Amino acid sequence: MSLEFNNEQMTEFNRLVAHYPEGKQKSALLPVLHLAQDSFGGWLPTEAMDYVASLLQIQPIEVYEVATFYSMYNLKPVGKFVFEVCQTGPCMISGSDNIIAYIQKQLAIKPGETTKDGMFTLKLVECLGACGYAPMMQVGKIYREHLTKEKVDAIIVEYRMQIVALN
Amino acid sequence: MSEQTLFKVTVDNITIEVPAGTTILQAARQIGGAVAPPAMCYYSKLEGTGGKCRTCLVEVSKGSEKDPRPMPKLVASCRTIVMDGMEVKNITSEKVIDARAGVVEFLLLNHPLDCPICDQAGECHLQDLSFEHGKADTRYEFQRRTFKKHDLGKHIQLHMTRCILCYRCVFIADQLTNKREHGILDRGDHAEIATHIEKSLGNEFIGNVIDVCPVGALTDKTFRFKNRVWFLKPMDAHRDCPTCSGRVTLWNRGDEVFRVTARKDEWGEIEDNPDGKPGWICNTCRFDKKHTNDWIIEGPRAISRQSVIAQGHYAGNVGMTQPTEIFKAVNDGRAPHLLMDIHNESEVNLPSVRLSEIEGPSHGTSFNNNSKNA
Amino acid sequence: MGVKLLLEKANVPGIRTYDVYRREGGYAAAEKALKEMSIEAIVEEVKKSGLRGRGGAGFPAGMKWSFIAKPEGVPRHLVCNADESEPGTFKDRYLMEFLPHLLLEGLLISSFALGSNDTYIYIRGEYAWVATILEEAIIEATKNGWLGKNILGTGFDCMIHVHRGAGAYICGEETALIESLEGKRGNPRIKPPFPAIQGLWMRPTVVNNVETLAAVVPIIKMGGEEYAKIGVGRSTGTKLISACGNINKPGVYEIDMTISVEDFIYSDEYCGGIANGKKLKACIPGGSSVPILPANLLLKTAKGETRYMNYESLSDGGFATGSMMGSGGFIVLDEDQCIVKNTLTLARFYRHESCGQCSPCREGTGWMEKILQKIELGKGESSDIDLLWDIQRKIEGNTICPLGDAAAWPVAAAIRHFRDEFEWHIQNRALSQTSNFGLQHYADPIHVPA
Repeated sequence: MSLEFNNEQMTEFNRLVAHYPEGKQKSALLPVLHLAQDSFGGWLPTEAMDYVASLLQIQPIEVYEVATFYSMYNLKPVGKFVFEVCQTGPCMISGSDNIIAYIQKQLAIKPGETTKDGMFTLKLVECLGACGYAPMMQVGKIYREHLTKEKVDAIIVEYRMQIVALN
Repeated sequence: MSEQTLFKVTVDNITIEVPAGTTILQAARQIGGAVAPPAMCYYSKLEGTGGKCRTCLVEVSKGSEKDPRPMPKLVASCRTIVMDGMEVKNITSEKVIDARAGVVEFLLLNHPLDCPICDQAGECHLQDLSFEHGKADTRYEFQRRTFKKHDLGKHIQLHMTRCILCYRCVFIADQLTNKREHGILDRGDHAEIATHIEKSLGNEFIGNVIDVCPVGALTDKTFRFKNRVWFLKPMDAHRDCPTCSGRVTLWNRGDEVFRVTARKDEWGEIEDNPDGKPGWICNTCRFDKKHTNDWIIEGPRAISRQSVIAQGHYAGNVGMTQPTEIFKAVNDGRAPHLLMDIHNESEVNLPSVRLSEIEGPSHGTSFNNNSKNA
Repeated sequence: MGVKLLLEKANVPGIRTYDVYRREGGYAAAEKALKEMSIEAIVEEVKKSGLRGRGGAGFPAGMKWSFIAKPEGVPRHLVCNADESEPGTFKDRYLMEFLPHLLLEGLLISSFALGSNDTYIYIRGEYAWVATILEEAIIEATKNGWLGKNILGTGFDCMIHVHRGAGAYICGEETALIESLEGKRGNPRIKPPFPAIQGLWMRPTVVNNVETLAAVVPIIKMGGEEYAKIGVGRSTGTKLISACGNINKPGVYEIDMTISVEDFIYSDEYCGGIANGKKLKACIPGGSSVPILPANLLLKTAKGETRYMNYESLSDGGFATGSMMGSGGFIVLDEDQCIVKNTLTLARFYRHESCGQCSPCREGTGWMEKILQKIELGKGESSDIDLLWDIQRKIEGNTICPLGDAAAWPVAAAIRHFRDEFEWHIQNRALSQTSNFGLQHYADPIHVPA
């Protein structure tokens, strides 16, 4: 995996930077880090952050400071599908504890771990703004809501099938 | 500046006039003494500092002559500008005393009790703060926070557990160097000073982070475990330095220069040079000029009589003299039962050894091993 | 049926697209504002409407607008706060997801009134698909001449940009949001200077919540005075309430602030009662940071009067016996819920979301979480309750930004109203691990329909 944006990603990079006035390109840092994370395998190795720093003409430390502040950036490798299960108040009173325990059992991993096959990572997160659809989790860019044990099973199968289809 | 507008401000019932634009803290410092609120993160020579530690909170009981309403919350005096006719309560406000005691408790919550081995001890602002505003015991019963060790190179020692996140060192790097290499990583109670990928800080002026650090988080590696500051004699000295002003304080014991720092005023801040600019010093002056003949000595540095450092400074040799009575004599002929004969364990205490020549930490090796095996 | 100003068209098929929105009368308010009204007149209408900031603080929007500095030659910016992160709150998401053009129309009018040529929507990073919806809507609006250069021939240029955050509750605080928009850590700034003087890139800036800006559309359409007639007292217009927790019908509801809390919970038009035939135990009526109230104090004020869903009535009695409207995140807890556990998850949330800049919040939030954890695990001691109280007291009001208060209030209110439940946990260590305190004297005074 080369740590440089391809043409398509470069076009997107330029589009993101164009939103901000000249000389304020640092403002694009958060969106560009999202782009980098999506482009480089779901996480941000140091080389990726250094690359972003060079593109935006800022010091690498400015990127590290930001990347470590926000919870959506992964600074360690993660599985292909990251189950980010909400555990805050409204989800908790709607039964998120049971869902978390069930996912742990089904995937045989603890929060923060990745399955041996590199498919799934389980992450416990704080409120994702879907309290009316609790319990819920985020997988990639989409929300999976009103979770039940059956739904969790179906979701796991769905992602397994996706991988099979890709291969 | 003859037309400068002056504002009347009253702090703890003492009224003074200060130029418009002065902060409450600066006004209170002009009055001086206990009226000046403590400040752990604010540093007048660094733009943008302050507001974070919350130790300098004060009560504004009257907003101004025009709008006498009190401010609803306590305000950070370091970042609040005085208004004409403002009345401020610092130590005369119970609310302030209470809030400040809370802040001190918060700051000490995860701070290690390692003053006995901390090089900052004796000139540590957190020690002063706890002594003046804190309580003797803690109500915190949980494990204290720890961090992964992080090496910043051969000159600067980082002890993250001692850090109170004042951000001063980040401002130093931003304002004195052209390329900041360290910063605040992570967030909340895990936030830390680091470089992310371990690297040594290299800028010629980066050593000043040691002088601005209010606690023992950033200390001088070339002085590490070499001596206690109160055993040293601070001397003002200068040299012709091509990089900085070369105006420093030498910390000597006899003829030996143990460490070099910038000159600090009564608030613990760097003094200005005669040209009015802050007297930051370069790494060469700080770390490499450790011989008296590198310097032109001006004379002893005035140290506050309240400071523990003053004991060796003002009272002749108090604190530095060899005791004449030995244990046996004091104890009616009984020798103390020693757990460890320190003379066999530590090079520091051998009379034949010159302290400044010792490499690395000044403890015996066998004691270290014993504690590991225990 | 209450008045609907924002969600009136939410169920029209295809309302997300420009064509349907326009066909249903969309962008008429923008046309009116840009073509027929002066900037002063628009600000005046918003002032007259009595519209209060819908993000949580409830500050009058018109007044906030009038504070913006207008130095010669310095661009000004409007920033839309779509960093909806307060637990219990998901109303902005609904609005943006289903009515993106309503928000854009509100943004256009407001940008015109404030003189913002580049307006930013700061949306929380997790709402990635909502950001896409907004970006598509912006393309449509630009194509149809509502954004871009010389809009409607007025000479006014305006572009709206979507900026995704990356997971930080603190960026809902306006100065932290601005820092984040500048590509920095979301550390709130020390105020003054306020954003109206020095905000984004040190330029004069107004930051408003999504719902506030959307409400500008009906205000312009019907006039500020008419808008102010809806509702009661200083709670004018309509408010979106996102209801969640143990109720039959969680969701986003638009209310005109004259409805009682009891009706809101039990009527079929809104929450539809407590789920599974259980009883109401407690409720956090305005997002997780506002004080939790036991059922009796929720439905009636301490004076015994009916409590209504509006700013004044919800805060009746102050923090001693009242709560706050906040962001409208309405979290309902039934008889099976444990107050200690609930408070613990909220304390954990605020610890996780503290930026770490100032000491009371950085150290205090973690300390409170640890003590609550200890009590929850059946290891609490009776002194822990007073200690918790003292810690929250020392955080509140002493921090740079309101996150300190937001972390302190839930703990304070839980102890204030449910102290006996905390004591029960501590005195019945083993039992508390297997069973709940239940309702005790917070018994639901309302008859539960069979």
